[in-house]
Amino acid sequence: MSFSVQRVGALCLRYVYLLASSWPRLLELVYWPVLNLLTWGFLQNYAMASTNSTLFVGGALVSGLLLWEVLFRGQIGFSISFLEEVWSRNLGNLLMSPLRPAEFVAALMVMSLARLAVGMIPATILAIAFFGFDLARLGIGFAAFFALLVVTGWAVGLVVCGLILRHGLGAESLAWTIMFVFWPLCCVYYPLSVLPAWLQPFALALPPTHVFEGMRAVLSEGVLRLDLLAAAAALNVLWIVAASFAFAALLDRARDAGTLLSSGE
Amino acid sequence: MCSVMSPATAAIEVENLVKNYGPVRAVDGLSFAVAGGSTTALLGGNGAGKSTTIGMIMGLVLPTSGTVSVLGTDMVRRRHDVLHRMNFESPYVDMPHRLTVRQNLKIFGMLYGVPDLSGRIATLAGELDLTALLDRPSGKLSAGQKTRVALAKALINEPEVMLLDEPTASLDPDTADWIRGHLERYRDRRGAAILLASHNMGEVERLCDRVIMLKQGRIEDDASPAELIRRYGRSSLEEVFLDVARGRRENVA
Repeated sequence: MSFSVQRVGALCLRYVYLLASSWPRLLELVYWPVLNLLTWGFLQNYAMASTNSTLFVGGALVSGLLLWEVLFRGQIGFSISFLEEVWSRNLGNLLMSPLRPAEFVAALMVMSLARLAVGMIPATILAIAFFGFDLARLGIGFAAFFALLVVTGWAVGLVVCGLILRHGLGAESLAWTIMFVFWPLCCVYYPLSVLPAWLQPFALALPPTHVFEGMRAVLSEGVLRLDLLAAAAALNVLWIVAASFAFAALLDRARDAGTLLSSGE
Repeated sequence: MCSVMSPATAAIEVENLVKNYGPVRAVDGLSFAVAGGSTTALLGGNGAGKSTTIGMIMGLVLPTSGTVSVLGTDMVRRRHDVLHRMNFESPYVDMPHRLTVRQNLKIFGMLYGVPDLSGRIATLAGELDLTALLDRPSGKLSAGQKTRVALAKALINEPEVMLLDEPTASLDPDTADWIRGHLERYRDRRGAAILLASHNMGEVERLCDRVIMLKQGRIEDDASPAELIRRYGRSSLEEVFLDVARGRRENVA
């Protein structure tokens, strides 16, 4: 049996039913992005009134925040959909069904996008209305930045899901915390040059670093740096391939350890 | 009836199956076959290797050595070629609680590619007395109702091979008996092979043509329930189970 869009759709339908049946889940999707935006947005408004730093040019702080949320929520949305199966003890049913791992992953990607849309659209509207977020200024670059960050989030989510398969819910906290490793390194709010020289190669190995550098170039110079987009895209290919191999290896390890049927603590 | 299948007709075939978890040998050289249209029980105390064996037959646990095939397909390497023709029920898994029974069955029906899914759900709901429960959240059901829903899920694709772990756990005697009757009729109508693990000896005597007694990962005995009772000089399968579990073989004919 080959890849089946129907099976991907079936699993997406399962998550849609779940979200539709639980308003707290929907609220949670919107709550944090909006709360973050309000906090940092007001800070930006205050700071812009008292300084002319390039940090705030064209709403760079709020733009960085929104794109950071895309990266963070892309990974969380992917991993949480997977965790829903572990929490509901449904993983055994799915793994014993004809659903292939690639179809499972595709459904998690689709739901990651759906969750992002629910969470980010209200936050983006607020950012445009109140905090000087200039979507038109970012232009086509915004779509490229969005896509590149989501793919990085999926790559990280794939490894997190593999670790949960192998180690059970003991690895759950990674889903919530792992992206914070990226926060200081991928230069969300400041240029790469701020980092110590010895740390910069590590930062450059992260696709989001190139995206945030690209964002700042658009906002301050009005230039969409294709070289930065290409670097992020190439790194993303490497990351997603490596994550796929890691997921497959962790799945095999879980089969060997016999943990798939009792995926819990 | 104790029918050892030839490889050509076996729905499930296990050969020299070994599973080690680190230094612990959970399954130690099992070989057996299960024919279509028959019900076989795996019996044994806790840690005898039943769940690990079923996990390997499902392809969710990798054997250390040996082979497992279902409907002629190698479950280690090509399990996705045959998963749409089998199904399982286990108390170790559950269905999403917030979804209604109908939503859960619909999703699994789509995963298994069931044609005329609405009709299939209606038929199963009628057969398993679930019609009034279809639009209730699965998490609001009683334990017995959940077991019937899990069975409906296990039957959604009319599987040729069913793996059942404690299929009537949590059911009252009347409902449990009714479910056993349903499984018997399904097996006979579909010609399905059923492999079950159960601690309910009455259930095993009623449902199974054959019992494989496991102890410490090895086959301790393998015969029909009636033959085992005769062989051990006992009056019930429960007494045979205790003899095997406690290593009492002095009465074995």
